[in-house]
Amino acid sequence: MNNDRIDQIIDKHQGEASSLIQILLDIQSENRWLPKEALERVSEKLEVSLTRIQHIATFYKAFSLVPKGRHQIHVCMGTACHVRGAQNVLDKVQDLTGIKPGETDSDMKYSLETVNCLGCCSLGPVMEVDGKVHGKISPAETAEVIKKYE
Amino acid sequence: MAQIKSPDELKKVREELLLRRDSGNPCISICAGAGCLASGAGEVIAAFKEEIEKQGLTADVDTKGTGCPGFCEKGPIMVIYPEEICYVQVKAEDVPEIISQTIKEKKIIDRLLYVEPSTGEKATQESDIPFYKNQERILICNNIKIDSKSIDDYLAIDGYAALAKALFQMTPEQVLAEVKKSNLRGRGGGGFPAGRKWEGTRNAPDPIKYVIVNADEGDPGAFMDRALLEGNPHSILEGLIIGAYTIGAQEGYIYVRQEYPLAVENINLAIKQAEEYGFLGKNILGSGFDFTVKVHQGAGAFVCGESSALMTALEGKAGEPRPKYIRSNIKGLWERPTVLNNVETWANVPLIINKGADWFIQMGTEGSKGTKVFSLVGKITNTGLVEVPMGITLRDIIYKIGGGIPGGKKFKAVQTGGPSGGCLPENMLDLEVGFDELTKAGSMMGSGGMIIMDEDTCMVDVARYFLEFLADESCGKCVPCREGVKQMLKILTNITEGKGRVGDIELLEELAETAINASLCALGQSAPNPFLSTLHYFRDEYESHIKEKRCSALYCKELIAYHIDPDKCQACMICFKKCPSEAIIGGKNMIHIVDQEKCTKCNTCLEVCPARFDAVKKISGEPVPPPIPEEERTIVRGGKE
Repeated sequence: MNNDRIDQIIDKHQGEASSLIQILLDIQSENRWLPKEALERVSEKLEVSLTRIQHIATFYKAFSLVPKGRHQIHVCMGTACHVRGAQNVLDKVQDLTGIKPGETDSDMKYSLETVNCLGCCSLGPVMEVDGKVHGKISPAETAEVIKKYE
Repeated sequence: MAQIKSPDELKKVREELLLRRDSGNPCISICAGAGCLASGAGEVIAAFKEEIEKQGLTADVDTKGTGCPGFCEKGPIMVIYPEEICYVQVKAEDVPEIISQTIKEKKIIDRLLYVEPSTGEKATQESDIPFYKNQERILICNNIKIDSKSIDDYLAIDGYAALAKALFQMTPEQVLAEVKKSNLRGRGGGGFPAGRKWEGTRNAPDPIKYVIVNADEGDPGAFMDRALLEGNPHSILEGLIIGAYTIGAQEGYIYVRQEYPLAVENINLAIKQAEEYGFLGKNILGSGFDFTVKVHQGAGAFVCGESSALMTALEGKAGEPRPKYIRSNIKGLWERPTVLNNVETWANVPLIINKGADWFIQMGTEGSKGTKVFSLVGKITNTGLVEVPMGITLRDIIYKIGGGIPGGKKFKAVQTGGPSGGCLPENMLDLEVGFDELTKAGSMMGSGGMIIMDEDTCMVDVARYFLEFLADESCGKCVPCREGVKQMLKILTNITEGKGRVGDIELLEELAETAINASLCALGQSAPNPFLSTLHYFRDEYESHIKEKRCSALYCKELIAYHIDPDKCQACMICFKKCPSEAIIGGKNMIHIVDQEKCTKCNTCLEVCPARFDAVKKISGEPVPPPIPEEERTIVRGGKE
């Protein structure tokens, strides 16, 4: 992500320091992670110290300071999914991908995250891959779904 | 659209709108809420658009993607007006038939109607379905009627009439008096009377004040606010503008979690439309009142649902709570007087102004008025959003509306109040739902998550689950929460893993007391609730985990073993083949045995064992029976020789 694009995002938020979180969210959603150079640029433009930006980037779950894989797998661990066996789904996904929540595999193919509720509790247990929701999924079916993403 | 400059103009716009719409065209409303979209509503909507165009009916049939009507279990859901025919679990393939039969021929397609499982009766209209019939829907009833992206649809159902009434027929004092009289209490969890909160801010001397919508719905298993934000965003905006007028604020914020992209989209669109129509901005409806709203997206931190943490986050900082020596309604956002209310609280305001506090207080109990939206989830037949009058019993919600527990299982507990709430057992089911009633019983109202648990749910594990969530979400600012909750989690994890020791319960109680008394914010103060309530009502489960290493729900992996009953096993080879760990010993005509060393307890064998054999069993708290000797394992099948 180049500096021009980062400047555009900052300008969209009128360059206000109070919009720091919104600016970082925009960068995160476009770039899927927050490279150090991007944070430095934001720090410079907004005149906010890099330590404060680091504080925010590590406090909120939406931000990642490491690159993410091509496919984002989210396993819902909300209460409704939990009582319907979400742990077994997560165990299976970990088995299949060889990574734990918060990690990305060495081929940069998958990133795995757990989420606390996707709000479609009637479909629990739920796994979301690249924004597509797979509901009422059994551990056996997760294998079928994951295989489809290359 | 030119700005509307007076209540009369608003009236005229509404009349013209209704006249234009009175075409008699059938209208197909399809739920485009998150639940139905996940079940394929997007494809259904696309199929309708295509089919209508193909058949040249574009001018004669209206279609709408609407908000969530609540019955997510049967999604995708659709309603055809004016007959109000309700079809459930609609697929894209059903669309041509719906157009040719129901729209053109006015015939009802039987197979798409809801069938009540207990009676086998079919329901043609929404109001005939028991799930809806037993509710009192004043807030979410409009979701299916309006296109969630259309301000005109909101105007057509009398939208912004309450705003016009407040601005032109009432003084701020009168609005405040009405809200106070209604005894509207905060729907986000605390249950603090909204009127009293507003009054404090209104009377604060600082001339700059703020209003905030708390739409950081972080409770796992709860999506009430999401349904309102996505389905009827203008109702929340209208409430917020009325609140701002009452307390004298000119700026407002909507703090919505970024995990709800559709809600963010719809509320942003609603703000833009409201600005165009003159409900937001300078000189609203010609009243001289100015008010603007900004959306702030949360970046994923549960603690930001707490009022002072949310305000800190709005200021662009890490969302850590602040000590509340002075309440935030006096000193809140940027140290200014600030009213922060939950989505559902704001959505109630236009109703109270339109219909009056007297109407509102007819519903509910002594201390809790109006209705409450719950997300009824977990081990329940009809999962979905339900809106009920305060004072209804838990039993009515679970059995009359929710349809009871599926799969012939036995009810065990209902969990309310989110991660900081509590679990109530069967003998509490006749409890009336209300803020004070639930707190007294050891749980709380919370924002409205209601999770049903059956006999397969382990209550120690439930407590562990919530503590894990809270330990993860603790912001780390104060020690009792950061360290105390973590240690509670460690002990609870030990208990579920069979490493519990005598004295653990007392130690947990001690840690709980410290967290309750010494934590900075509600997250830490209420974090021990899941433990305390499960201990209170299900102490025997804690004791059997610790003393007998037995999980009576057969849930905790470290405390269970899988065993194949040799008398029942038919050596069918299914579990043998499906086991991912090659932990089944056996073969053709050889009774199968679980190799306990290799077994990972993934439950596959139990799932795949044919129900007619029912040979795989889970056992806990007792030794696994020794495998039968090899010479006795051969099954001799009769008939062939």
